[in-house]
Amino acid sequence: MNHNTDVIIIGAGPVGLFAVFELGLLNIKCHLIDNLDKIGGQCAELYPDKPIYDIPSRVKISGQELTDDLMTQIKPFEPIFHLGEQAENIKKNEDNTWTISTSSGEKISAKCIVIAAGAGSFVPRKLPIKDIEDYENKSIFYSVKNKNFFKNKKIIIAGGGDSALDWTNELSNISDVTLIHRRKEFRAVPESVSKMLELEKENKIKFILGQITSINGSNGLISEIVCNNGGVEEIVKTNYLLPFFGLKMELGPIANWNLKINNNLIEVDTEKFETSIKSIFAIGDINTYPGKLKLILSGFHEAALMAQKCFSYCYPDKKNVFRYTTSSKDLQKKLGV
Amino acid sequence: MGSIIVLDREGKEHKLNAQSGLTIMEIIRDAGLDIEAACGGCCACATCHVYLDKDSFSLLKSMQDDEESMLDQAFSVNNYSRLSCQIEYEEKLDGIKMTLAPE
Repeated sequence: MNHNTDVIIIGAGPVGLFAVFELGLLNIKCHLIDNLDKIGGQCAELYPDKPIYDIPSRVKISGQELTDDLMTQIKPFEPIFHLGEQAENIKKNEDNTWTISTSSGEKISAKCIVIAAGAGSFVPRKLPIKDIEDYENKSIFYSVKNKNFFKNKKIIIAGGGDSALDWTNELSNISDVTLIHRRKEFRAVPESVSKMLELEKENKIKFILGQITSINGSNGLISEIVCNNGGVEEIVKTNYLLPFFGLKMELGPIANWNLKINNNLIEVDTEKFETSIKSIFAIGDINTYPGKLKLILSGFHEAALMAQKCFSYCYPDKKNVFRYTTSSKDLQKKLGV
Repeated sequence: MGSIIVLDREGKEHKLNAQSGLTIMEIIRDAGLDIEAACGGCCACATCHVYLDKDSFSLLKSMQDDEESMLDQAFSVNNYSRLSCQIEYEEKLDGIKMTLAPE
């Protein structure tokens, strides 16, 4: 599907969300793309419950509360979210606009791009096994898209978090499941843990204490996996492995967009937070400049200055009159207050 | 000021100056060694994983639950595995030795 907007924001973390606000005040419409299937970026994925103490005027706020409040704040501007999608390719059009294609085939065109991607996209953490890519999506799956695919099959699930335990419990109904985890404690919610322990007691699943050290197989198909528990090896025959070791962050396709990059960070100027390519901006943890601090509040400041420059690309013939939300009837109307 | 000894992934030994109050992750990161420490030290990832040597390990305060939980997301965890962001350097740790875990 094709979309057309003023600005595409890559990353729906706190800084990307606040950019919607600053751009919205200037009548600039936004689409946001995020590889996670939820809004909030690191705040929602890494530390939803951990308190943050350095957001101005918020004495103590959790990552999730910050996300929720930002969503309330930007609601009047009706941003469009493309979640669970990665911004893959970028193309410059003849009229100087950009078109980004996403991992699910959407094409979004806009006058400016704002990269607010934090430390990059969240992607599944992969087992450090050589040539593991050969097995991916044939024998190794990092998510379950269609559980019936695993019906009547012998599968191994690895990990001790919610995803590992939820799928162990769920797939035990239709598959022969073995769970592998490095210790007897699990960080998943207690209800899932007791359910799993019950299933194990009834011999409906098998539990192996240990860590996967290698995989044997050929042509992308696993034949067996080797696990190790304190020096004792155990070989388990299986064709399917579902590893759930959480997510890690990586820069991803943005690295190939010909932007000036320094140590995985995008270089910007500190007046407009524009990258080495005109009308592409970078704000928040992803950018670098002399004196940069990776703070959410720095990202908010960068969003405000970026928006001023975006205005000149979006409305080249209009004069931007700087106004305050406290006094401007026009801004208050946009905010619906 | 004391020091810590860090073996990088190529097996090269580095003696790093260590100041009380810094975490081991910060000491390693600020010395320019290759440690990802993606979350910046809030025990929300597992990318500052190190293996202590046995004697050094015994000098450390024991692990909190959240560190033990985060280690579930690391690989090749052994009995001397720790997340270096959760170890604060203090004088009695002068000379401790560790190896960076594989990426």
